[in-house]
Amino acid sequence: MAVIIPSGTRESPGTPDTPKQSARGSRFRGRGRRWIPYAFLLPALALELLIHFVPIVLGVAMSGLRVTQYQISHWWDAPFTGLGNFRIVLDFDGPTGKALAQSFFVTLGFTAVVLSGAWLVGMAAALALQRAFRGRGLLRTLFLVPYALPAYTAVITWRFIFQRDNGMLNHLLGQLGLIDSNPFWLIGHNAFWAECVVAIWRMWPFAFLILMAGMQAIPGEVYEASSIDGAGPWRQLQMITLPLLSSVNKVLVLVMFLHTFNDFSTPYILFGGSAPPAGDLISVHIYQSSFATWNFGLGSAMSVLLLLFLAVVSACYLAFTRRTGHES
Amino acid sequence: MQRRIRAVALAAAAMLAGAGVTACGGGSSSASGDKTITYWATNQSTSLDADRKILQPEIDKFTQQTGVKVKLEVIPSADLLNRILAATTSGKGPDVLNIGNTWSASLQATGAFVAWDKELLARVGGESRFLPAALKSTGATGKDPASLPLYTSSYELFYNKKLFKAANITSPPKTWSEFVADAHKLTKDTNSDGKTDQWGLGLQGASSSFAAHFAFILGTQHGAEVFDGHTPKFDDTGMVDGIDQWLSWIGKDGIVNPSDAEMTDKVALLQNFASGKAGMILAQSSTGRTLGQYKMTTADYGVVPVPAQDPAVAGGKDIGSFVGGINVAVFKNTGNLDGSTRFVKFLTSAKEQVYLNKTYGTLPSVTDAKDPAFDTPTLAVARQTLDSRAVPLPQIAEESQFETLVGQAMSSFAAQTATGKQPGKARIKSEMTAADQKLEAGN
Repeated sequence: MAVIIPSGTRESPGTPDTPKQSARGSRFRGRGRRWIPYAFLLPALALELLIHFVPIVLGVAMSGLRVTQYQISHWWDAPFTGLGNFRIVLDFDGPTGKALAQSFFVTLGFTAVVLSGAWLVGMAAALALQRAFRGRGLLRTLFLVPYALPAYTAVITWRFIFQRDNGMLNHLLGQLGLIDSNPFWLIGHNAFWAECVVAIWRMWPFAFLILMAGMQAIPGEVYEASSIDGAGPWRQLQMITLPLLSSVNKVLVLVMFLHTFNDFSTPYILFGGSAPPAGDLISVHIYQSSFATWNFGLGSAMSVLLLLFLAVVSACYLAFTRRTGHES
Repeated sequence: MQRRIRAVALAAAAMLAGAGVTACGGGSSSASGDKTITYWATNQSTSLDADRKILQPEIDKFTQQTGVKVKLEVIPSADLLNRILAATTSGKGPDVLNIGNTWSASLQATGAFVAWDKELLARVGGESRFLPAALKSTGATGKDPASLPLYTSSYELFYNKKLFKAANITSPPKTWSEFVADAHKLTKDTNSDGKTDQWGLGLQGASSSFAAHFAFILGTQHGAEVFDGHTPKFDDTGMVDGIDQWLSWIGKDGIVNPSDAEMTDKVALLQNFASGKAGMILAQSSTGRTLGQYKMTTADYGVVPVPAQDPAVAGGKDIGSFVGGINVAVFKNTGNLDGSTRFVKFLTSAKEQVYLNKTYGTLPSVTDAKDPAFDTPTLAVARQTLDSRAVPLPQIAEESQFETLVGQAMSSFAAQTATGKQPGKARIKSEMTAADQKLEAGN
């Protein structure tokens, strides 16, 4: 997209629409060509609107309606409640709001653990593969397997591993003599950690991929110069690698945050549709509570709140990182 | 970012999914004007593939007879309700579909199904052809049915004869106290490694629909009315007692392997029963047929009605099941009503009813389907239960919310019981009050 620059802007930046001096022919050609890139973008724009924008607008519209089973076949006729749905959802003394708040905090904890876990593992792997050695290509490919596997296949395998009686994890822990009786991993409090492990496992190759790409942009001479000055690997990491990766990290952390906070497939597949309270992530919570009560207006209101929250966090994050970027 | 947000923006996503999933199926019938109809069949046997193999030859027969082509899709039962809701929202769904008969009134309220008035019913042989008990679960009382019964079943108690004999249990339990006592005898450590490896009862603890069924059966035995008109009464004392009884099997009574609290699918339950890890299971009629696939015959297992309260609870109703089964409905947006009703007529014809119900181990829903195959012990118990000890689940629009809200709460209780402590009655009651409020929040 960046390659195609409308010719008019190139010829006379600032006043592209008044090229009075230019010949009639070239003006015609210029105007005609100026539309070409936009024409190429049109199908993408239309699809973008259809696939992303329209559902969001519909969701927002639905959040102001009382849509239950009586209206779902003609939901646009549902009675308007204004902010009624939001009042129910944000009433933290009521059962609906209380459950939502609880799920929100579980999701915050989950995001913090998964984000740091995935970043650390990804960083460690990227560092390990920074220098060329035999078999590096193979390891690189191998590391990307969790990311390349379809979510369902990967998570359902973890589900088998975590089963209490026949799961591999408990078998392994038992063999090592670490446990006396088999703990539960898919229900109860451990469910949170099980979910985190699976999410980290799915996410770290992404961090690895991005960090590895970022490291390749760091010139080798910088490391050579620093080692002549006597810097060890730890100091090199602190003073060279991390600072030079900061712009990559900025984007990486935001993308991973949004991805993790919205994770649907991990809890949905791991817990077979009914997430235990300890692992009740917000996206599954919204899905389940909407289908449990068939109240899609409430579900939409929760989704709109989620969207607002993520938009605000992203905006603050970008503003903050930009400012610190300027300061440095 | 927008992509991610959309992925969870539920309502929008549900609509989009509905449009996306079904556009390829149902849409074609009306648009192109050809005669193809789409049929969503629910998963009845051990796998989706097995269902396809059972149904496709029958569908081919129908196409041969009428020239109407049918596109078959088998839907896993856990997805069925959500798929139907998505189809209802988008207006793009199948032409003919299966529903769990307990959802009849709830789905009727969406207005997505064709109502079977007298004229339409006449096309399939009239109302009188259908079993009166089964007809009670086809929609709200006083309204034209929104669906017609296809397969009928009830809950029963299946027990392993060999394990009963080994534990010196001479006759299967008739009351819950006998049931718990027998289950205690069956719960033991068979290989002396210090761990219990054989349990009295197997349970799908994480299946909310299974749990909700027992909230209804045990709750009714304790005198609960699930709804007062349209007002939910999930926190009724009888209901709390019923749920407490169910939980105690895992907790206080200790007759269920705690691991069953994480069990969602029936296949694992049947495997445990067939391999002797569980001496008894509570399951619907079709289980008799499915157990054959685990090399179990009626020589290996016995079937008796679901036990009764002992002593009988004052105000309680002695039921052993609700009227269970699968109904068939026609989607209002069908572009081929004639073809769809002809297909329903075919599915409910005496000949097909005999074949399909025989294959699935359920009871026919029409009076004129007769075959010696329906005289098995399993089905004899089912008939007996349906005749005298079964009531339909409340036929009101809010019924499905009872199943989801109460069922999910019970699965959560089961998990708490297995991982720590059994919630007391006060805790059950407060959660049920919350479920009442959640339901009423939207109405």
